[in-house]
Amino acid sequence: MLITCPYCGPRDVIEFTYQGDGNRERPQPASQNLDAWNAYVYDRLNPAGDHNEIWQHSGGCRAHLRVVRNTLTHEIRSTTFARGGHKAEGRS
Amino acid sequence: MSPRRAETGGRIDRLRTIRFTFDGAPYTGHAGDTLASALLANGVTLFGRSFKYHRPRGLLAAGVEEPNALVTVLRGEVREPNIAATMVEIYDGLVADSQNRTPSLAWDIGAMNQLGGKILSAGFYYKTFMGPVIGPLKGTRFWMFCEHFIRRAAGLGKAGTAPDPARYERMNAFCDVLVVGSGPAGLMAAKAAADQGARVILADLEANFGGSANWSGETIDGMPAADWTQRMVGQLEGNDNVRLLPRTTVWGYYDGNTLAALERVTDHKEAPAKGEPRQRYWAIRAGTVVLATGSFERPLVFPGNDRPGVMLAHAAERYVNEYGVLPGQRIALFTNNDSAYRSAFALKKAGAAIVAIVDVRSDVSNEMRRLASEAEAELLAGHAVVATEGGKALTGLKVQRFDARSGALSGDERSIHADSLLMSGGWSPTIHLASQAGAKAEWDPARQAFLPPKPTQRWIGAGAFTGSFSTAEAIAEGRAAGLQAAGGTASSAPLPIVEAAPGDPDPAPVFEIKAKGKSFVDFQHDVTAEDVRLAHREGFVSVEHLKRYTTLGMATDQGKNSNLPGLAIMAEALGKSIPEVGTTRFRPPYTAVSIGSLAAERFGDLKPERLTPMHDWHIANGATMYSAGLWYRPMIYGLAGETVEQAYVREAKATRESAGIVDVSTLGKIAVQGLDAAEFLDRVYTNMFSTLAVGKARYGLMLREDGLAFDDGTTWRLGDQEFLMTTTTANAGKVMQHLEYFLDVIWPELKVTVTSVTDEWAGAAIGGPKARAILAACVTGTAVDNATLPFMGIVHGQIAGVPVMICRLSFSGEMAFEVYSGAGYGTRVWEALIEAGTPFGLVTYGLEALGTMRIEKGHVTGAEIDGRTTARDLHLDWMLSKKKPFIGSAMMDREGLVANDRLQLVGLIALDNRPLNGGGHVVEKLDEANPHDSLGHITACCYSPALGKYIALALVEGGKARHGTRAFVSDPLRNRFGPIEIVSNHFYDPDGSRMHG
Repeated sequence: MLITCPYCGPRDVIEFTYQGDGNRERPQPASQNLDAWNAYVYDRLNPAGDHNEIWQHSGGCRAHLRVVRNTLTHEIRSTTFARGGHKAEGRS
Repeated sequence: MSPRRAETGGRIDRLRTIRFTFDGAPYTGHAGDTLASALLANGVTLFGRSFKYHRPRGLLAAGVEEPNALVTVLRGEVREPNIAATMVEIYDGLVADSQNRTPSLAWDIGAMNQLGGKILSAGFYYKTFMGPVIGPLKGTRFWMFCEHFIRRAAGLGKAGTAPDPARYERMNAFCDVLVVGSGPAGLMAAKAAADQGARVILADLEANFGGSANWSGETIDGMPAADWTQRMVGQLEGNDNVRLLPRTTVWGYYDGNTLAALERVTDHKEAPAKGEPRQRYWAIRAGTVVLATGSFERPLVFPGNDRPGVMLAHAAERYVNEYGVLPGQRIALFTNNDSAYRSAFALKKAGAAIVAIVDVRSDVSNEMRRLASEAEAELLAGHAVVATEGGKALTGLKVQRFDARSGALSGDERSIHADSLLMSGGWSPTIHLASQAGAKAEWDPARQAFLPPKPTQRWIGAGAFTGSFSTAEAIAEGRAAGLQAAGGTASSAPLPIVEAAPGDPDPAPVFEIKAKGKSFVDFQHDVTAEDVRLAHREGFVSVEHLKRYTTLGMATDQGKNSNLPGLAIMAEALGKSIPEVGTTRFRPPYTAVSIGSLAAERFGDLKPERLTPMHDWHIANGATMYSAGLWYRPMIYGLAGETVEQAYVREAKATRESAGIVDVSTLGKIAVQGLDAAEFLDRVYTNMFSTLAVGKARYGLMLREDGLAFDDGTTWRLGDQEFLMTTTTANAGKVMQHLEYFLDVIWPELKVTVTSVTDEWAGAAIGGPKARAILAACVTGTAVDNATLPFMGIVHGQIAGVPVMICRLSFSGEMAFEVYSGAGYGTRVWEALIEAGTPFGLVTYGLEALGTMRIEKGHVTGAEIDGRTTARDLHLDWMLSKKKPFIGSAMMDREGLVANDRLQLVGLIALDNRPLNGGGHVVEKLDEANPHDSLGHITACCYSPALGKYIALALVEGGKARHGTRAFVSDPLRNRFGPIEIVSNHFYDPDGSRMHG
């Protein structure tokens, strides 16, 4: 599997570390909504098809990438920097 | 002696004689021979004994699909078993042995297994060896008892035990077009793509490019097809953009058009040339793959179809046309399709007598009738072979009238005298790689074969692989595929002209002749047609279950011959059509792959070694090193005659009495810099860092998102926007990744940069009552008194002219300082500290003494922060800030994480004055015979010189409430039982007066 890092170009998957489901929403840091925290910490989507994932180019530029990958074919539809594109609410 | 070498013909070099040994006897062959063709030319008909019944077996095929003639190739001490003799190129000095026979191939004691046919039917392991529910043979015990004997009797070759001295290589290759298979289709594809300027790799598992053209006897462009392939190869060889890989099996098709191939670089040579590996593993990333992998001829299933002398028709054609070897003198053919007629004609031309062509079809075309008469063969249309005769070689066969529609036999049996029976059950495209690449094969009722699926990756099929079995079609499809793969436009230029025997590619839908006797479907695993039906009667309806129950297709040939006949018989038993039953998906590897080639240069200890800047000094000064993760750290600096315990006790004691120094360079160090650095640390640590003054350090604790403890360490504020974070040695990488994730993904608005600086700094911790005096003796540029360097203070100065950063903090519980310098100066600073300390009685100490002193102090490490404990469990709740949220703050108060009966950190003292062990359990009531009801476990233990006792840290249920109570250690694995007292984890100097000074 090749992942095309926006900095480094197409690189083998062994250079990357999977950092989980990219659909998770981190609640506000001060939020006491345990259900929301629970969903964020424990719930993972596991679709048969396109999946929005976070990968780190840990053996390269160390940037985190948002990768849309088909879990059935391993086809990669898109790769962008995760930075700034996350659904986290904690942003000022 | 029936098989023999023809005087002329074939593509071997009769002028070059090659000597080799098979089963201890000397033989000769010619350059260009395989072990199979050379032995056949020598009159050998018996090549192996079958897996289960030990039946005599001869050659079935001429290529990679050979199931019977498996041999062990010996090179010095190294044995490589289960190699098809058809794939072994002979060389001078080759030594090979047959397999699965005792004592010899001709007289095999295991052949008596044939008498027990019913017992050894499908699933016999399960039926025979499942013992009763109770008793001495209950469950699988009987099987365990018998297994040894069965494993000896059944099976294939034996692997050697000598280490493999061969060298293997690994290569990565990139190309625009990878062509797999070098028959007419593959050659045309490679040529067309190369002419477009594409980077092309052409791989073929055989030694010679050309595929079927090497033995088809056809004419292409007015020359023998084999010569045409030579010309094509010559044209490809001259191109810079073409890489030719003969003897290279493409065995795996993976995601992203990545293919795995094995090149047998020197297996065909007496000895490798200088620098040559034995085999080379290729990882090929291809823009487009052209699959021109051809097809396999299928055996027919009839009684006695495994007798030596029964061979696939095209294989005989190949032996005669490529190797000049006739497999027999009086040859009969048995077919359900036209292709065997061409084989008959070729064998006749080479001098054999064709005694009969037995065709299951009654309506044989006029063209085929003409070919049969040209071969001077008696044509028995509408007949079938119902038996074969002979022992270790065929002597004859029996035929009967046969109705292809109903499968019914009728009339009298007629005997035919023959020494060779060639069969053809139609052709199956070699779709393995396409199947691996994804998607399901598609059934073609006309071809009676599974054709390749629609591509789900970037590949294009050509030739027989697509079900286009004629050479003319292969040439046209090959060129079109090559052009398309290289991005070229279709060509209307004339194609090479093929002159070939006519023939209808569609066989009659006949797979099996049902008559009395064993009819083999899977030759290598001895699976008969009756086994398949038995599996059906016993309720196995899924093709996947059928495969596993009968082991059909599970031998080293992976069902290359047996797949479709097995399916057809199963389908008939189920009353379904073949596509309804479906086929199993092919998985890599296509053929056996040596583990050596996968490992290539990567063997032995692959872990990198991380050495601290002072490593050489430690070695030179008598340290016993200890591997901690990737790091090497001093365990003890033992004196002559000291035990490990004596050494660490001495080191710890001396440290508490005067001073000790330890290398702490392995601690993870992360520079946290930027406008929002303090804010960031407030979020990742449970305690406050924004309030930390510049020039001070603070102990910090991190939690995971789920509220459990993650890592601890001190972080130093070097400037308003600059911190130096330290982590535990083991978690340095994880913490770095954790911080990067939050900065990059969760809080991109924070202006913070994190940099791993672990390797930039050398660290030495010096502690003990004399530590301050030692520093005062060697540090310049700063005072180190209590006012200048208070607890958790940081100063900058020099030691031996080297700039150093000193922080007063303590892990040992003594007044202690961590001295950091640039890594390149670590040893210089270390030596200066030791020189200054020697008059004060300074000792070096290792991990054992470090651990001892931290246990005495009750500090936690990775043994306690084990991913299951919370800050409260470890009595670190004082560090949980209530003024701010932090990572883990929302989840840490969940019910289960604050319960009173959780395992909590405590200290243990052995009351019997014997050592405790990590992993030992704490129990209320001792029951050595039946240990139970654990309250918790020991995480760390030592002899405490400060207390004069064996102590331990432990995680114990409701631990704090048990302080001052007695319990027992229960450690059945090491037979250690005894009384203990549960105490606070702070054994030594609980109020910290020593480190505060």
